[in-house]
Amino acid sequence: MIKTDVIIVGAGPVGLFAVHQLGIKGLKAEVIDNLDKAGGQCIELYPEKPIYDIPAVPECTGKELTDNLLKQIKPFQTNFHYNERVDEVTQDKNNWIIKTNKNKKIIAPNIIIAGGVGSFEPRKLSLKDAEKFEGKSVFYSVTDKELLKNKNISIFGGGDSALDWALELSKTSKINLIHRRNEFRGAPHTLSEIKKLEKQGKISIKTPCQINSIDGEKNIKSIEIKYDDNKIEKLDTDIILGFFGLIMKLGPIAEWGLNMDKKVISVNTNNFETNKAGIFAVGDICTYPGKLKLILSGFHEVALASVECFKRARPNEKYRFEFTTSSKTIQERLGREKKND
Amino acid sequence: MPKITYIDNKNNSKTIDVENGLSVMEGAIQNNITGIDADCGGSMACATCHVYVEEKWLNKIPEAEDAEIDMIDMAFEPKKNSRLSCQIIVSDDLEGFTVTTPEKQS
Repeated sequence: MIKTDVIIVGAGPVGLFAVHQLGIKGLKAEVIDNLDKAGGQCIELYPEKPIYDIPAVPECTGKELTDNLLKQIKPFQTNFHYNERVDEVTQDKNNWIIKTNKNKKIIAPNIIIAGGVGSFEPRKLSLKDAEKFEGKSVFYSVTDKELLKNKNISIFGGGDSALDWALELSKTSKINLIHRRNEFRGAPHTLSEIKKLEKQGKISIKTPCQINSIDGEKNIKSIEIKYDDNKIEKLDTDIILGFFGLIMKLGPIAEWGLNMDKKVISVNTNNFETNKAGIFAVGDICTYPGKLKLILSGFHEVALASVECFKRARPNEKYRFEFTTSSKTIQERLGREKKND
Repeated sequence: MPKITYIDNKNNSKTIDVENGLSVMEGAIQNNITGIDADCGGSMACATCHVYVEEKWLNKIPEAEDAEIDMIDMAFEPKKNSRLSCQIIVSDDLEGFTVTTPEKQS
């Protein structure tokens, strides 16, 4: 079991800044995120879109904000546990123990939930029947390419993932590329490659249509797609791949016994603690009168929460408020102590 | 304040006064209309405020921009009259505007 001062759930901008606010107070943190990288919504939803309301940063993209936050917290050498979701939270006297979906256990007196709108998971086919084939012949990501050789594969989606996998898998399989409208959004080069392979008969493009039914008992035999003009076409299919982007799901957080208001967690505005002592919620996932879902609000929330985290993690020490401009201790923690000599 | 009607997939309908300048999504969230999640808060990044616009209104609201159309690809069961309700701004011209919410948003 890993022991630390604070467990941070979520590596979005607010979770990252939590590392900073705790770090300058001398507290260690472990960060867990269901994505494979830091940045949360900033990276997953709008990496290239400009943000204009970060104080003193007139304009930056989601990716730039994330990169800069990672740079800012580098001195603290924090452990990140990516591709993991916190499933369970249990109490052990003054500590909390979390268990992830990969059975990793971490114990700490504090948990900061900076979970945004929840963890990112793939959006699935709307057809109910697709569920029973999921993981066997219906997939929303490709983990084992070997499984996809010499098959009839029907790929759904109109973005880069759908197009890239259509290209890649067409080398060894027969591909149907199915999209609800005629326009694909992908790199022009990828699109022209796809058109070439269509002419060669390696990829069949089916638009504008959506899945209508799946036929098969244990394995899929065929699927039916329905065009906008209601025409139905049957396609021999062994494997369905769906690429409809990611959706945010609150997930297990709802079962941790926290006071919730719909999908957000109620906190007090003194230290952003929830109804459970030592569990804090910050950023988009918390609510209080007047709450605004802005990144800058999350930064403020985590600064205050970190003070209470200190008091719980160091009950025998007195908390001293310090400025980064003048505190030798903070500058040491940031690895900057020699600069001014 | 125009009246906006939200119909859920079971045909239950609610008509509410929505202030001019708010989006159809905000009107729903502020009035506890179920069926619209709006996870991203209106930044056109999640497609969980997806609605079906009553046909006769389709030509009376500004057309969807490319980014919205791309996002609708990600929505649950998109149709020809699919729009993101965060992108439809309420004005007096929308008196009687009606949307149906999908079976679910995710």
